[in-house]
Amino acid sequence: MKTTLTAYSVVQHPLHFDLCEIDRKLILGMILVGFGSLALGVFLGLLQAFNYAGVGLYQFFPGLKSYYHGLTLHGVLNGFVFPFAASNGFLSLTTIRGLGLRMPPFLLFLSLFSLIVGTGLSFYGILFGNSAVLYTFYVPMRAHWSFYVGIAFLVISTWAISLAQLVTLRKWKKEHPTDRIPLLAYASILTYIMWDISSIGAAVEDLFLLLPWSLNLLPGSDATLTRTLFWFTGHPIVYFWLLPVYVSWYFCLPAQVGAKLYSDLMVRSVFVAFLILVPVGFHHQYADPGIGLFYKWAAAVLTFGIAFPSLVTAFSVVYSLEMGGLSRGGKGIFGWVKQLPWKDPSVCAQILAGLAFLPGGMTGIMHASVNMDLLLHNTSFLPGHFHLTVGAAVALSLVGIAYWLVPYLTGKKLWGRSVARWQPWIYFFGVLIFSSGQMSGGVLGMPRRTALALIPYEPLAGWKISGTLTAIGGSLMFLSFLIFFFVMIMTILFGLKERQADMPIAQLIHGPSLKGSQLIFDKISYWVLLCFALIALLYGPFLITHLPPKLICQPFQGF
Amino acid sequence: MDKLERIYLWIATVMLGIFMMAIIYSTLVLSIRIPSDKGKIIVKPGESLVQSVFQTPPFDHPGLYKRGEKEYELVIVGQAWAFNPADIEIPLNSTVRIKATSLDLQHGFYIASTPVNIMLIPGEITVFEYKFKKAGSYRIICNEYCGMLHHAMTGTITVK
Repeated sequence: MKTTLTAYSVVQHPLHFDLCEIDRKLILGMILVGFGSLALGVFLGLLQAFNYAGVGLYQFFPGLKSYYHGLTLHGVLNGFVFPFAASNGFLSLTTIRGLGLRMPPFLLFLSLFSLIVGTGLSFYGILFGNSAVLYTFYVPMRAHWSFYVGIAFLVISTWAISLAQLVTLRKWKKEHPTDRIPLLAYASILTYIMWDISSIGAAVEDLFLLLPWSLNLLPGSDATLTRTLFWFTGHPIVYFWLLPVYVSWYFCLPAQVGAKLYSDLMVRSVFVAFLILVPVGFHHQYADPGIGLFYKWAAAVLTFGIAFPSLVTAFSVVYSLEMGGLSRGGKGIFGWVKQLPWKDPSVCAQILAGLAFLPGGMTGIMHASVNMDLLLHNTSFLPGHFHLTVGAAVALSLVGIAYWLVPYLTGKKLWGRSVARWQPWIYFFGVLIFSSGQMSGGVLGMPRRTALALIPYEPLAGWKISGTLTAIGGSLMFLSFLIFFFVMIMTILFGLKERQADMPIAQLIHGPSLKGSQLIFDKISYWVLLCFALIALLYGPFLITHLPPKLICQPFQGF
Repeated sequence: MDKLERIYLWIATVMLGIFMMAIIYSTLVLSIRIPSDKGKIIVKPGESLVQSVFQTPPFDHPGLYKRGEKEYELVIVGQAWAFNPADIEIPLNSTVRIKATSLDLQHGFYIASTPVNIMLIPGEITVFEYKFKKAGSYRIICNEYCGMLHHAMTGTITVK
């Protein structure tokens, strides 16, 4: 395969770059809070994996109270705090780097502050306020007010970053009125705009329906409405987890393997597609009563549509990897694979994460298939699926990013590189075993979110094998995280001083065009309007026929 | 855009198109249907949801009712943490029209090893049809989280 290298005259990324000391500390703070929460989150994950094997370990941890408290904490820490914190930190850095301008430090500080307050309050709400409502809220189950306030603060921490990005972009545009927005910043900013729009649903639910209700200011709650609002956010949140990783796969990974990024047009269209196709949440409600078929089928079509940009990403990333392998002396169709720098834990983790995303994406398409969902809905097939996507593609990539980002931010050399290079492999095989256990169990009817160690009936045929695989895989995943956290702690405490010059950023093969139809990609407001039009089309009829809220459900605390 | 890229994008588009056609086929030709908007529990002012559910037919009398030759109606009320009725006997090869709702929380009504996997949501009525073609004992599982004894919410269906 021949690649034509076009000489491109526009400077993609500012050349001389130094991250300001205050920004460096704030971003490091976000990353540390994120991985700190993850450390607790994965420990709870281990307990859950054993639960599937029929082994209840919760009695040894009386503070946790029950499987469901642990599960709520696992979801909130690994689904909200960790990805929010990691995105806030990583995409702040890429925006600053992409635009060559500082973001307002006050907003960065506000973000870090809200993140810490939000984590603390939701932690308190779950363990001391008895809020075992899981991370999907499950109205009319009612949590302590501190839980809802904590969640609100977590969302505010992301909005602060988005605001900081937009302020900085505005400033950049004043300085460069005729230039295309630098691609790295474009991708980072669009990720947050997508999230701003998609977080509206859960934010409205949390602030206007649930928080007043938990303070006894509302007589009841509306299960269908809150469910719909939650899933309005609850699916696009997946893309908010994923897109920071795409930023790394597009921009950092090619540079790390000595390759280039394929095309500017491709990256811009991928991020715009994710922005437009926000309203897919109804596909979590295929099995729900009270939601008409129009919404379910429309969501199915849009969900298939949103698989498309991920397929494009797969193309671009593999293309870059192949280029990297070939430039390192790889021969033949697959010879380049061997030549990739597998010994670099950061590269290894991200490639393996991408590989795990393959079955993750396929099972996602299975779930999106309207009526096939009846076989899989709420079975353990689902956690099997999303541990391959968020649990591997995202988490393992963020681990990979941390292998260069933490040294970059602390100015310390990565400690124990030879140990760290095995960590991604252990995780990769762990998550594959874990997910095959969960999925095979799901097909045999094993329910998700259920304390299987305590069921009052005989496990159905095959559940025991599936549960055992889950526990084995989960243990391997946990073991690999122990290695990762050990390496990180040693790096921070005992790493040798070494200033890294710059973050890895790949150059482009096909750069942006400076005139013609492509300029429309930089008119971000057009795409936002298009997104709102689609939302109005899909959620408008539902809200018009459903509102006002039917506050008929009495609060319920299941303990 | 170069040739390789174009070919790849076409393959991706055609593949997703085929998947979509397969789902449409399964719905229109194989009649595999999902639940939709089939009625609500109306709560009158001053009443609680629980009272309203028990005053709304057919939920005033949960159970299995014969509605025709090989046709049955199964009325289910879910509550924390039980199904009413919990143990059901159904004659072989009969089509069962399930009508279900919830008294309090969100619940799942899943009959293991069948596509009967539907949500019970307070205030909403779920309607779903299924024909039991295999004799045996089926386990009913609540697979939507509903509190501390969620795992204990179960039942059985015996088909003979």
